[in-house]
Amino acid sequence: MTISGVALLAICTLLGGFLGDLLGAALGVKANVGGVGIAMIFLIAARLWLVRRKLLSHGLKTGVEFWGSFYIPIVVAMAAQQNVVAAAKGGPIVIIAGVGAVVVCFAMVALIGRLSGRVETMDEIEAREAEALAAPVPHFKSGRIG
Amino acid sequence: MSMISHVLVANSLITAFAVVGILMWISGAISKYLTFGRIHGSAIAIMLGLALAFLGGLSTGGEKGVADLPALAGIGLMGGAMLRDFAIVATAFEVDVVHARKAGLIGAVALGLGTVVPFILGVLVAAAFGYTDAESLTTIGAGAVTYIVGPVTGAAIGASSPVIALSIATGVFKAVIVMIGTPFVAKMIGLNNPRSAMVFGGLMGTVSGVSGGLAATDRRLVPYGALTATFHTGLGCLVAPSILYFTVRAIIGS
Repeated sequence: MTISGVALLAICTLLGGFLGDLLGAALGVKANVGGVGIAMIFLIAARLWLVRRKLLSHGLKTGVEFWGSFYIPIVVAMAAQQNVVAAAKGGPIVIIAGVGAVVVCFAMVALIGRLSGRVETMDEIEAREAEALAAPVPHFKSGRIG
Repeated sequence: MSMISHVLVANSLITAFAVVGILMWISGAISKYLTFGRIHGSAIAIMLGLALAFLGGLSTGGEKGVADLPALAGIGLMGGAMLRDFAIVATAFEVDVVHARKAGLIGAVALGLGTVVPFILGVLVAAAFGYTDAESLTTIGAGAVTYIVGPVTGAAIGASSPVIALSIATGVFKAVIVMIGTPFVAKMIGLNNPRSAMVFGGLMGTVSGVSGGLAATDRRLVPYGALTATFHTGLGCLVAPSILYFTVRAIIGS
């Protein structure tokens, strides 16, 4: 049933929200601490449990996935109700923080790539797989990652 | 005319669905025909949303963007904290633990760095622009992580709406630069194999930015980048309003 998926999602969200509030109270802040993240962990755990017991029905999946696919539209609605007029007065901060974050992260991708040594490029992987297909070696399993 | 507006007001949430749907549809068309798929439709939709909020704010003088217009009050409910958290939690359902393991240690390192490094940068920029309270600093820092982490964090720790809007704008701007810039720097940063795509996804974070940028670079790399990027928002939502917020508070001592 579709409602069981929606209900599962609702229960995880409420439970996460509750624990987030508890965590916030324990840490002495009037805020929900990581409630969404905790709820996500519950949902991942619930999914694993359901798969293992073969209880993951199509309806249940539909109920959760509908809301998951709804998240971009909801973010659009969220954007449409922000106080953008006030933010626009912030001006350059958006550009500096945005560009800065991207430049630093690009540099780190390059750095991690260099530090962790060379790996096969996508072209090389495809070339190797094409070769393996052309001349099948006995007991050879192509290391296909995809 | 008054009958139309009566129907719109009486069914405000339904009106919101229709309006956002039309907005997404227009954005999809803009993405396809004006940017040739280089900028993701969802990023354009979010920018249009922010633009509408700007116009709404100008015309009503209110603080809630288009949600201050009576006919569009449903946008406030649709984009409010309740449905937003509900939908974000739902995305965790698509996380495949087996696939996640494949991303492995290096993906986890990239994820950690991808959350902390932009956050620090965002906080520093915010501080340079004169913000001194921990809530604003943390929210803008979180916005530099992704445009989801920013508002989720801001709402959780009680930042003001202008600051939340600023954090969304920062995150969206970041996503747009990732989408446009990735193909140009791909060669320089070694973005030609699955592993670097996973590192890239973990560091950049924004799913729309990563999938858009990788699609414009090399379509085969998209699933690898998206795999780590999907964890990014969840991780950010978990640590930004908690550990990172407390760290900021401890440092500025308030």
